[in-house]
Amino acid sequence: MTNSINDLLARHTLIFTIVVIIFSLFITFFSEPYGNGLISTSFVKTLGKTVCLCIIALAMDVVWGYCGILSLGHFAFFGLGGYMIGMWLMYERTAIIVQEAATNELLPLTETELSNAIGNQIFGVVGGYEIPSIWMFADSLGLQLILVIAVPGILAFIFGWLAFRSRVTGVYLSILTQALTLALSLYLFQNDSGLRGNNGLSGLQNIPGIEYLGQEVISIGFFWASCIFLISIFLLFHSLMKSKFGLIITSIRDNETRVRFLGYNVEIYKLFIFVLTAIISSIAGALYYPQAGIINPAELAPIASIYLAVWVAIGGRGKLYGAIIGAAFVSLFSSWFTGGQAPDIPLGIFTIEWVNWWTVLLGFGFVIITIFSENGIIGFLRNIFVKEK
Amino acid sequence: MKIKFYIIFLYAFFINLPAIAHHDEFNIFLIENSENIIKSSAKTVDSILRDIQSFDDEIVSRFLELWKSKSLYYIKDTKQVVIVNENEESLDALEIDGLTRIGNYSKKEIKKIKPNSGVRAKIDSILVKYQISNSDINVRQKSIESLKRNIRPEHLEVLQDAYINESDAELKNAIDRLLKFAIVKYSDSNNKKLEIIESFKGDTAIEIRASLNQLLNSSEVKVGISLPNNKNIARVIVPGFTIKNSNGTSGTTNFFNEDVEISINDAYDKLYADNLVYKKRITQEELKKILEQNISGDTIGGYSISSLDNEQSRIAAYNKLVENNLAPPFISENKINEEVNKFIFYSIYNETSSEVTNAALNTLASINFRVQIYKYIDLLIDGLSLASIYFLGAIGLAITFGVMRVINMAHGEFIMMGAYTGYVVQQFISNHTLSLLVALPLAFIITFIAGVIMERLVIRHLYRKPLDTLLATFGISIALQQIAKNIFGTQARPLTSPSWLDGSLSLSDDLSISYIRIAIFILSLIFLGLLLFVMNRTRLGLETRAVTQNPVMASNMGINPERINMLTFGFGSGIAGIAGIAIGLFSKVTSELGSEYIVQSFMTVVVGGVGNIWGTLAGASLIGFLQKFIEWFNPSNTLAAQTYMIIFIILFIQFRPKGIVALKGRAADD
Repeated sequence: MTNSINDLLARHTLIFTIVVIIFSLFITFFSEPYGNGLISTSFVKTLGKTVCLCIIALAMDVVWGYCGILSLGHFAFFGLGGYMIGMWLMYERTAIIVQEAATNELLPLTETELSNAIGNQIFGVVGGYEIPSIWMFADSLGLQLILVIAVPGILAFIFGWLAFRSRVTGVYLSILTQALTLALSLYLFQNDSGLRGNNGLSGLQNIPGIEYLGQEVISIGFFWASCIFLISIFLLFHSLMKSKFGLIITSIRDNETRVRFLGYNVEIYKLFIFVLTAIISSIAGALYYPQAGIINPAELAPIASIYLAVWVAIGGRGKLYGAIIGAAFVSLFSSWFTGGQAPDIPLGIFTIEWVNWWTVLLGFGFVIITIFSENGIIGFLRNIFVKEK
Repeated sequence: MKIKFYIIFLYAFFINLPAIAHHDEFNIFLIENSENIIKSSAKTVDSILRDIQSFDDEIVSRFLELWKSKSLYYIKDTKQVVIVNENEESLDALEIDGLTRIGNYSKKEIKKIKPNSGVRAKIDSILVKYQISNSDINVRQKSIESLKRNIRPEHLEVLQDAYINESDAELKNAIDRLLKFAIVKYSDSNNKKLEIIESFKGDTAIEIRASLNQLLNSSEVKVGISLPNNKNIARVIVPGFTIKNSNGTSGTTNFFNEDVEISINDAYDKLYADNLVYKKRITQEELKKILEQNISGDTIGGYSISSLDNEQSRIAAYNKLVENNLAPPFISENKINEEVNKFIFYSIYNETSSEVTNAALNTLASINFRVQIYKYIDLLIDGLSLASIYFLGAIGLAITFGVMRVINMAHGEFIMMGAYTGYVVQQFISNHTLSLLVALPLAFIITFIAGVIMERLVIRHLYRKPLDTLLATFGISIALQQIAKNIFGTQARPLTSPSWLDGSLSLSDDLSISYIRIAIFILSLIFLGLLLFVMNRTRLGLETRAVTQNPVMASNMGINPERINMLTFGFGSGIAGIAGIAIGLFSKVTSELGSEYIVQSFMTVVVGGVGNIWGTLAGASLIGFLQKFIEWFNPSNTLAAQTYMIIFIILFIQFRPKGIVALKGRAADD
């Protein structure tokens, strides 16, 4: 019995891996640089971004669907990852531009002159030229990549440790995570936060050092990187949730008190999952924003994190592929409808313009799914096709 | 022009008849002095102004007024001083009284008299005397107003006389005040000044502070080997360290990093400008420029160009140039410090008497102390009104979340619905007071119905799953927000308050409370009372509490829990609608109005303690006061204040997870 279930699950991961790889190859062979150009570079970027959103949806599914912590703050970690990588991208690119401009000068630049010129380029919009101390590692890709992991990791650790230790659970925890997200985005909105206030970081699609490859090739590169990361995170979570550790995690979701009485240190487990998913969200963000090209504090607003929960709930929580389907489905549909591509529906005197009414449909549709199908689309499909038990 | 002269005609005709008797003498006086009037100078004008005062007041004051305002003319041939009635091509010349017509002249024959500013000032000081003692109270008032704006030393005496003669109490007071400012500013007697400065103590009027600050104006940075003995020193300046205070003294840099008054480099430049040092400071830019001018091949002064990418090697190369007499010597940073330290930098008060400046400092300090107290009171009022707003936003939530344990993310949208209801009602009823009276119950009814519908259709199915309720109501929230956007557009809609709510209650120059804040405070008090009454004194409240504590037992006692839940939810939503109108009155109505308050409202409920109206009050007070308190530290940055406040709340929840007012006993179990 156990074996057959394991076989089924193993097959699931295999199928998933193969599907993603075939999908990636398919996209590559129809892309502009490596194929007949049927799929435009901008669409490759959209797909790459969607894959990143699937990764954070996976993280959200693990922390909420498996562990029962409805975090309304994971998109903040996603944004933080974007900011961390964005700092390097922006600094390095500006440095290259400044140094190129300096070749016309008679004397080579001193370090102060160089940093003032870079600071002026980056922080001119918020009225400054000094490079804030939080940018001290921005000249090194390696250190900044470490920050992609460390900053959200430490933030999640401190917050999680405080919250779980005092046994804040359920909706209280959700509201607290939402407050954390709001605090972070408000902080970033300030001009003197050192991250360019509401201007955010821009020009992130230009990757210093490999710009000569062109956006067509870079976008394919990021798409592949996102897909490979998605597969590895799927495999990681799959094996993790299948293990004894995963069983404890799901037990905590179902009855936290009972698990505690069995002698497990519930707080440590929850903290581990919280920090792990925060880091994975951050890495997903670090992959997402170089494809999006710009990040600003509005991206971190609390509503983004709630949308994340909506994706997972629509797809079907407690199932990894449910989260992926939900994120891909909703985010692609959203951009299709709000992009003005969906045909309007004329109803005599009134025309439904999807640009305006998509959100309404999404909102009410979501309410219906929450009420009638606890496990989202996946649960709905299961009810139809799997008539077992 | 014409109208003005008609008025002068009438004026002369009706009011000024007795003056005609003196008129001839005055004309003779004018003819005698015409030369000096036409070509007046500050020297010659004094004697005319002295003599002219022997004539009738009315005539003199009108003559001076015309003279000052450049409305006098003279006939070139006869040098007669006249006023002129302008026609299309020619000019009608009239005598000063405006009655007697002299004749018609072409524009070339008549010239304007243009007294210079020195003369005008002298005329004005005499004129003021006439105006301030005028029998018409309006003229007196006007002259006092104009004196307030522009008071000069020569007014001192005039004001003193006017003060004695003034009969109207209010004007006498104003003159007294004006006189005090004039004395502080211009009096020769230090004792008088000291007496008045002393009397200013405790009066927080802005004009008094301005007058004292003016007294404490200090000179630019001065420098010397030592401090001069005979000067009234305002402050000693340490370059690169001290800042300038508004009262002329120096202070140290503080947390907010104010700019220092003078940097060390600027101080050295000042020394050079004052010829106290003889070598000019070479700035980094100048150094770079000189280096660039001396490029020879790949090297400068024997150093290869590519090695000049740091300041030390640049200076070394530059010094090589100095050795070859190609550049002025470079002053090192140490040398600059050393030179600057040899001298003392200071500033002196424009007021020479140290006694007076000390008294002014003293009085200003006592005034500022009082102003500071007003500011604290203002801070308290600010906090109170913010707390009222949070309370209004959260109280409906406290019922649905606190009593029913239902997280209603759409609560903010109910607030928004209330605000839009107020806006729509205002489109139909133009009387703002009446429309408000209609809108308040209407907003309650609409949001009550919306709440009941939502409870029946959605929340009823999810009572056992709070997290699902959160998400489902979020779905409703985004849908409602988008619907509002589709109907009303994205631009902000005004919800205008009735005129009796405009304006503010002014307690002093620094302390005023707008009526709308008072209204919101009263409204939240009414809500608190109403809610306490409903929950503790009515059947509905009793049944609600029963259902909250034990639904099964309650239904055994004949209470219908479904009905109670429905009504409670409707009630909480209805209150949100009324809160929406209150919030809409002071901020613009947009579709995002609700979402701006939702996180704060939740925090208010959570911090206060769930399931308790007093808890919500405590939570709103804590959050409101705290936010204003943090803003007070750094007023330019409300975003940072909100950030720190939220972090504080997150920490607070760690230590009191159940909020300020925690439920005890069985009801505390989730």
